[in-house]
Amino acid sequence: MTTWLYILAAAVVAYLTKLLGYLVPAKALKNKRMTRVAGALTIGLLASLTVLNTFASGQQVVFDSRIGSLVAALIALLLKAPFLVVVIVGAVAAALLRLAGLP
Amino acid sequence: MKFWRSPAARTGASVAIATGLYGVSFGALGVTSGLDVWQTMALSLLLFSGGSQFAFIGVLAGGGSGGAALGSAALLGIRNAVYGMQLNALLRPRGWLRLGAAHVTIDESMATASAQTDPAEQKRAFWVTGIGIFLLWNVFTALGALLGNAIGDPKAWGLDGAAVAAFLALLWPRLKSREPEAIAVACAVVTVIVVPFVPPGIPVLVAAVVAAVWGLFGVGRADEGLEPDVEPHEASPS
Repeated sequence: MTTWLYILAAAVVAYLTKLLGYLVPAKALKNKRMTRVAGALTIGLLASLTVLNTFASGQQVVFDSRIGSLVAALIALLLKAPFLVVVIVGAVAAALLRLAGLP
Repeated sequence: MKFWRSPAARTGASVAIATGLYGVSFGALGVTSGLDVWQTMALSLLLFSGGSQFAFIGVLAGGGSGGAALGSAALLGIRNAVYGMQLNALLRPRGWLRLGAAHVTIDESMATASAQTDPAEQKRAFWVTGIGIFLLWNVFTALGALLGNAIGDPKAWGLDGAAVAAFLALLWPRLKSREPEAIAVACAVVTVIVVPFVPPGIPVLVAAVVAAVWGLFGVGRADEGLEPDVEPHEASPS
């Protein structure tokens, strides 16, 4: 039940954030600092989420098959594979390493 | 039909198909993160912003609280306010159209609209991309969620590895120069360092603070990290 509340709250916040952009006066656009913070936040959060999903298990830093996914995804991206292919490559890498007996 | 012969509508449609398809990965990861099928579908329908949706379930999957999931999703959505300002200046939507435009304001609709120069084409690109992705993203989220529910052990299928790949793929097109790369590395390192010391979900927020401070005092281009290249890459208007 509380999960639903967080989902709905996240949806409301996300929508209001988008709408806010349409309602503020155009001169706010000239504020380079605001756009720079928004851009840095996007990069920082995605980088953080990438390593968290690779190395974190609860409060522990662990090294397991997910590292194989990170490397495989990186190679796929360097080869300019589309998003869905990158995701599938990441899954296959972890699945194969587990099949080979790694954690 | 004349509308579909316009380069903007075609580009919009191809971007919508490419993006909508990977809703299947969000759906599958949503249910393996602990949400049920309806909750996963609600995120695509109501939150509708890929990065924020993946952040929400990524934090939950790592054992983070609902509050931390909400926080990271909200922070990752801030760039949409910047897109909203730019699109408002570009398209000037009026009345209730503005409410609809806000909902479909995402990386891809922003990128395809701003790639056009003619105002009519900008409008076509924005709406075709935005509505197209909204429809397909929701259909494929449902499909992915049912699929994720049907398979047994998500780890045996490498779905946790799929999440790693998804986040890297979301980050990748934004790393266009030295400064974003430096921000990414700094935030990644900070995250790994704080993991053992704070509850799950909090490391992302610590990284957000580092990024925000960097953005405040940084000297790079003002649009760094915004408007990534969107798929399909070759679909630039001819």
